[in-house]
Amino acid sequence: MSGFSAGRFMAVLIKEFIQMRRDRVTFAMIIGVPIMQLILFGYAINSDPKNLPTLVEMADSGPVARAVISGMANSEYFDFIGVVTGIGEGEEALRSGRANFVVVIPPHFERDIIRRQSPSLLLVADASDPTAAAGAVGAMNAIVDVAMREVLIGPLAAAARAPPPFSVIVHRQFNPEGRTSTNIVPGLLAIILSMTMVMITAIAIVREAEKGTMETLIATPVRPIEVMMGKIIPYVLMGYLQTAVFLLAAQQMFAVPFEGSAFAFFVGFNLYLLVNLALGFLISTVARNQMQAMQISFFTLLPTILLSGFMFPFAGMPGWAQTIGTAIPATHFLRLVRKVMLKGAGMADVSGDMMAIAIIMIVIVTAALLRYRQTLD
Amino acid sequence: MSVEAPGDNLPPAPAITVTGLSKRFGDKLVVDGLDMAVPRGSIYGFLGPNGSGKTTTIRMMCGLLTPDAGSGQCLGFDIRTEALKIKEQVGYMTQKFSLYEDLSIRENLDFIARMYQVPGRRERVEAALADLGLSDRKNQLAGTLSGGWKQRMALAACLLHDPKLLLLDEPTAGVDPKARREFWDEIRRLSARGVTVLVSTHYMDEAAQCDFIAYIAYGKKLIDGPAAEIPAMIGLHTWRVDGPDLAKLEVELKDTNGVEQVARFGAVLHVSGTDGPVLEAIAKSHVARGTHHWQEKKAELEEAFIFLMAGAKDNFVAPEARKS
Ligand SMILES: Nc1ncnc2c1ncn2[C@@H]1O[C@H](COP(=O)(O)OP(=O)(O)OP(=O)(O)O)[C@@H](O)[C@H]1O
Ligand SMILES: [Mg+2]
Repeated sequence: MSGFSAGRFMAVLIKEFIQMRRDRVTFAMIIGVPIMQLILFGYAINSDPKNLPTLVEMADSGPVARAVISGMANSEYFDFIGVVTGIGEGEEALRSGRANFVVVIPPHFERDIIRRQSPSLLLVADASDPTAAAGAVGAMNAIVDVAMREVLIGPLAAAARAPPPFSVIVHRQFNPEGRTSTNIVPGLLAIILSMTMVMITAIAIVREAEKGTMETLIATPVRPIEVMMGKIIPYVLMGYLQTAVFLLAAQQMFAVPFEGSAFAFFVGFNLYLLVNLALGFLISTVARNQMQAMQISFFTLLPTILLSGFMFPFAGMPGWAQTIGTAIPATHFLRLVRKVMLKGAGMADVSGDMMAIAIIMIVIVTAALLRYRQTLD
Repeated sequence: MSVEAPGDNLPPAPAITVTGLSKRFGDKLVVDGLDMAVPRGSIYGFLGPNGSGKTTTIRMMCGLLTPDAGSGQCLGFDIRTEALKIKEQVGYMTQKFSLYEDLSIRENLDFIARMYQVPGRRERVEAALADLGLSDRKNQLAGTLSGGWKQRMALAACLLHDPKLLLLDEPTAGVDPKARREFWDEIRRLSARGVTVLVSTHYMDEAAQCDFIAYIAYGKKLIDGPAAEIPAMIGLHTWRVDGPDLAKLEVELKDTNGVEQVARFGAVLHVSGTDGPVLEAIAKSHVARGTHHWQEKKAELEEAFIFLMAGAKDNFVAPEARKS
């Protein structure tokens, strides 16, 4: 763009900062939302519920089976509430919510262990509330292990040694990935940033048009790029502040780890921030007033929440939903943050995700600059 | 400049010339083939009823709207392609207050000064505040100013960069009479310094202070020329009537053939028509009744515009009929 003036750019920047400072409600929202969300989701994150109602179908009631059952009961995760005959009855109980688990001990369980045929013990879990089931499911292998050691003694001791005498098969129904709770916090960062940043930028720009100040602004020799940069940079800093608050709170309240490269996080985070601000800018070129800007922002938030892998596991979505999800920046940022924070990833591991965000950003920025007019029509 | 150099053989190019300027919003032709020339250094009044396209025309002149048809130059720059150059030398005061209500008075002026990269910005802004008499209120938020003060501040803002051309869109709407007079004193001062002023207004006393006037209705120009000549150009004859029970007389005259306009001015009626002899005959017949006092007078701008406004409706309903 010809004739860029640092002075005008700075003027827009300063004006934007002053307006931001005077708009206390928005400022409070930017700081308040992440903390509030963390606390709300925190209940889910912290819950490792015990004493979950469990049914058992015992086709073999030998000592090994009984040892497993009592081991499960002792773990306090499982609370045996009854016996079922046939898996149909068990599934009905899961569906109605009467039970969270059904344990199926197959016929000839003990005999097959002794014959070293490695029989399967089936644990059917209601994973529609994954955080509720995760703790119990995770504990299952250890419970079985201990139970075996106690019961397989004497002549059976040989069977207790590796390979495992039988396998535990866990069926998570309704939610195949069965995410663990820490997964939510990094995901939440992606959602909060896109929720606040898109909307705030869109509103801040539409406000100029709605209040009529846009007319004064574009009657001056200001260039579109000066307006765009001057308006976006204050919100970049806002995003920094918001993320710092969020990470600090997540660390303090829920001891969420940060295993990987801070640099990789920082680069990915900036990319993601920019893509959201650019999207807000694009929305502002479409919306006619602040209300519309808010509504369109909310509209874009829905697929971000539903299809990015935050709410439902990405791999479990149908093909068309995955296609849409791939075009959503949050999808890639979510993966990036999970990899970096939880799996200790570095720059090389997340370069693909960064690339994806960068491509989406180029598309959005191009569209925004094309739509932004220097005239009122 | 041009005003002080009447001896020049070549008249300076007008500050603004537009030809065939048109703008359409949806299927509504808001400005329709407008031709206009604003001489340099003049005060040019831009008149027309609500919705006639004044604001739209002004926006096209300074590059805020792209015309659908027509062309023009503003200060020597093409209004279609050189909007940025125009913006640097034009001060545009919008009809609706459009400075930042959540910025203080000083912050607003400072922002505008930075936009135009005004040299010696701080001093310029302080001087503007002092001129306005707002130095002690400079930290007050602009949104908390009264309507009249907002207008004064907006004028100060668009003068910060010493523009060569001022486009003022109803600058005195909602301003009290004293402030309005001061406003116009300022406009005349600027004009004397060579600044060209295009000002839209609905006030006849303001129109009378302009050097030139253009009147538009429904996007079409009905008339333009030197302000003093407008009534003569329309060819309006006016009689001044006073006496008892004017309301009844007004109703009667409105139904009389040959009387095209009856306007009430305080305790008198101004009765106008374009056909002088017919009107005179009507006057004579009324004088014969002896109830009212009739006296012919020179038609003023005021009557001229009331007449134009009434005619504008016909112009819109049956534009073909009027053309022929
Ligand atoms: N952005 C727009 N979109 C659609 N229609 C518009 C737009 N701006 C103006 N108009 C229409 O164009 C017409 C002329 O409007 P304009 O503001 O130019 O009139 P005006 O002469 O300035 O009126 P007023 O004296 O009331 O200020 C109006 O009918 C208005 O509704
Ligand atoms: Mg107007």
